[in-house]
Amino acid sequence: MDYLLNEQQIMIRDLARRIAKEKIAPVAAEYDEKEEFPWPIVKILSDSDLFGVYIEEKYGGIGGGVLELAICTEELSKACGGISLCLAATALGTYPIILFGNDEQKQKYLPDIAKGKKLAAFAITEPEAGSDAGSIKTTAKKEGDHYILNGTKQWITNGGEAEVYTIIAMTDKAKGARGASAFILEKGMKGFTFGKKEKKLGIRASATRELIFTDCKVPKQNMLGKEGMGFIVAMKTFDKSRPGVAAQAVGIAQGALDLAVNYARTRQQFGQAISSFQGIQFMLADMATEVEAARALVYSVCRMVDAGAKNIAKVSAMAKMFASDTAMKVTVDAVQIFGGYGYMRDYPIEKFMRDAKITQIYEGTNQIQRGVIAQCLIKEALK
Amino acid sequence: MDNIRVLVDKCTGCKLCVKACPFSAITIVDKKAVIDLAKCNLCGACVGACKFEAIELKKTEDSGQRTELKNYKNVWVFCEQKKGRIQTISWELLGEGRKLADRLGVKLCGIILGSDIAERAQEIIERGADEAYIVDEKELENYLDEPYTNVLVELINEYKPEIFLCGATTLGRSLISRVAVKIYAGLTADCTGLDIDAKDRNLLQTRPAFGGNIMATIITPNYRPQMATVRHKVMKEAQAGKGRKGKVITKKFDKKFYASRTKLINMVEELEQTVNLCEANIIVSGGRGLGCPENFKYIKDLAMSVGGAVGASRAAVDSDWIPYSHQVGQTGKTVCPKIYIACGISGQIQHLIGMQSSEIIIAINKDPDAPIFNVATYGIVGDLFQVVPLLAKKFKAVCEK
Amino acid sequence: MNIIVCIKQVPNTADVRIDPKTNTLIREGVESIINPFDTYAIEEAVRLKEKFGGKVTVISMGPPQAEAALREAISVGCDEGILISDRAFAGSDTWATSYTLSQAIKKIGSFDIILCGKQASDGDTAQVGPGIATHMDIPQITYVKKIEEIKDNKARVERLVEEGYEVRETTLPCLLTVVKEINVPRLPSLKGKMKAKSAVILTWKAADLACDPKKIGLEGSPTKVVKIFSPPPRKGGVKLTGEPQEVVDKLIELLKNDLPGRV
Repeated sequence: MDYLLNEQQIMIRDLARRIAKEKIAPVAAEYDEKEEFPWPIVKILSDSDLFGVYIEEKYGGIGGGVLELAICTEELSKACGGISLCLAATALGTYPIILFGNDEQKQKYLPDIAKGKKLAAFAITEPEAGSDAGSIKTTAKKEGDHYILNGTKQWITNGGEAEVYTIIAMTDKAKGARGASAFILEKGMKGFTFGKKEKKLGIRASATRELIFTDCKVPKQNMLGKEGMGFIVAMKTFDKSRPGVAAQAVGIAQGALDLAVNYARTRQQFGQAISSFQGIQFMLADMATEVEAARALVYSVCRMVDAGAKNIAKVSAMAKMFASDTAMKVTVDAVQIFGGYGYMRDYPIEKFMRDAKITQIYEGTNQIQRGVIAQCLIKEALK
Repeated sequence: MDNIRVLVDKCTGCKLCVKACPFSAITIVDKKAVIDLAKCNLCGACVGACKFEAIELKKTEDSGQRTELKNYKNVWVFCEQKKGRIQTISWELLGEGRKLADRLGVKLCGIILGSDIAERAQEIIERGADEAYIVDEKELENYLDEPYTNVLVELINEYKPEIFLCGATTLGRSLISRVAVKIYAGLTADCTGLDIDAKDRNLLQTRPAFGGNIMATIITPNYRPQMATVRHKVMKEAQAGKGRKGKVITKKFDKKFYASRTKLINMVEELEQTVNLCEANIIVSGGRGLGCPENFKYIKDLAMSVGGAVGASRAAVDSDWIPYSHQVGQTGKTVCPKIYIACGISGQIQHLIGMQSSEIIIAINKDPDAPIFNVATYGIVGDLFQVVPLLAKKFKAVCEK
Repeated sequence: MNIIVCIKQVPNTADVRIDPKTNTLIREGVESIINPFDTYAIEEAVRLKEKFGGKVTVISMGPPQAEAALREAISVGCDEGILISDRAFAGSDTWATSYTLSQAIKKIGSFDIILCGKQASDGDTAQVGPGIATHMDIPQITYVKKIEEIKDNKARVERLVEEGYEVRETTLPCLLTVVKEINVPRLPSLKGKMKAKSAVILTWKAADLACDPKKIGLEGSPTKVVKIFSPPPRKGGVKLTGEPQEVVDKLIELLKNDLPGRV
């Protein structure tokens, strides 16, 4: 389907596609097996200027928006949903600075991130605060010109590898929804350490770690926006990053679909290619249609976000939920089409199924997304 | 100027010419063929392909000879030497050169440049040359582009050979390209066939193009000498006729011809301790079907069992399973062994080009549709991991008898 | 350092196949690419510029669509692209091509190094590089697999030969043809692609280069193609089937027959 991309978007898509095919696909299985962080790929992406697709030109980026980021993430995820996170999760960690940073903070951090010299990460989740993000316990107590941070963040993507971290911590518990603030932290700050690297079901090339703050002194200049804006920073950031997760899911689904189609064409049983059996054909048709529908929904939402639309909560949740549920379904069906080979780790398809699962969970579980959609529908009906 | 045009009333837009054109110069616009003159090389392939005689190629009279053709006589062969030893490509060229000289009724001459090589002259004569030209100078001990070019240019200008053959080796290709430009002669590279046109005594030079997908026959009608390079193992070696007699001419030149702006500083040999691929009579090659670098041991075992050499497809080399020096194919080596055993190689055209003149080709592949079976004398559809060890065992037993 | 890179746009011969039914070339849908060996020359030129400073000018003789190849070269770091295109150049063999390119290089002016790929994947002659060097009367080193050092107006390189490699040194200006062992060409960057898109590509015609009309195009080419034909297809032979041991035994018997006394 033709999404009427402009020249720059086509350029981004083609370059990301080429890197995915030539540089990422050949090594995806190895990084998954070894659970290693793909620094060589980071270098390649850095040289390609793709790290800056969503960052303003004046900070060294390409000046694109959420659609450009989604296109890039989708293409890279077709090759590996884990490796693509080094870029996609950096975007998540950078949006707080883009949306709420002052000029000084932007000048300090954005150029290096745009060049791919520094990776970023976003941290709100804690052991006791997942879907219930409001009940985070990490504290940031003001002391003179600093804030002292104490607490732990859990399951932070790019944790330990990134240099730049945007953290949400409670500055005043009594104020409830207005009691959190956002801070920029850097790797190496005294009192900021990392827990062990998590062993995951999928996206194993992505690094997931605990962040531990022990009396970590953060200068007040590192606060993003004003005290009390923490949850607003988080919400606005997710509005921008949610289509990106959806795009990752679309990429994983498409990658699995492509493998399944090729396999069906070459696998012979009962004297013919299994792609000549209606059972398989119907599965592939359904898979392809669902992926296309997901893509169309994601791109439309991206365009809305980039156009500055205000009421995007509902459609943004729809895109993330639909794309990730599609990715799960399509990858499971793809394994089925591969039959016994689909279950074997020597073949690439089972990894896609393992990678797809997380897209239904992080950045707001699909249950939370459904809740959001329902609430928006009801609110709209009341008018 | 040559003229080619589409006779529009005869053209039916059937596209046969589009498919025949090796240069993509023809497109169909409004159901009629249109030739892009910027891309057209006037080779005439489309004229032959058209069933409706709708393409006209007018060859106007040539602008005339650029050289006085009748002053040029004899077939010359450049004999390449390394460390004072004549390379076997030279015997192949002399073998082919002898045939051409006999067809034309002229002399076959060999030319060799080097240092302390006076005795090589007799070897050249024994391999069929009527005359051997020696330029024996310390400055020419090792190949240097400019001195070698200068000497050959002087010799060609003095003796005016009508045909000049050279090996398509790294040395030959670097050298002859310079010579051809200097003397404004036509040079055809990598010829697989040489013949004489009985009518006008022109050298017919046939070579593969487009990665070997088509063959082209080329002539140099108006310029002399007609120069051609030939790849190793394509022509048959001339047999050595001990005691054969011939004329030896030693030439010397003014030191200024030996001046060089380049210097050879060092030579580093990197030959593996195995049989030289190009000289082997039996080659066992491995390809993508091996799956991993460790599996090349199957190939090495089989090669050892017959005293053969190990070859590889480009896929195996590109995956870093085996060094490039083992690569057989369009961008690797051309080989012409008695037996070529291809294991786990699909047989893409680029590989076939490097080995299809092998006398016997044996292919082992689990894919019954692999293109290699189209050229294999004996094809085995099976699991190479089972067949190859059994073959090695059997060969060893037979060889020991 | 002023570096000139000569490139050629070729059909992707890896995709060119013979139609087994008609025994003719299948060329539909075959895209045009930069001659693979030239991508190594481009990469080396950009690396030299990054090391020594200076400018990389990339030139190509071809039809108007070769402009895409020049833009691709700019997207990976070349500074300027010049297309040498004229109907008068059609039908050029390697002599006329190297002459034409030399005229263009003379027009560009001064340079330190000319880089070329070792050969073009459609013609496979490897003659144009040395041809240019001869027309320009500059030294050459072919099959360069590594540039060791450039100092005091001299370049020291490693040259790939059949038995291993040589170390050679040349004065500048010079021409080098490179092999794929020399580097790994980089991918274009987004900014590079955007620069390439808006770059102005000069086009020079025969008149711009003061070419002697007797030395260009078909008229200037000593070699002429008289015939193009499909190679006689090598026919497949016997397919052996059965259990591995069976097949092996059968094969040995057949070989004993074919090569009496040898096996």
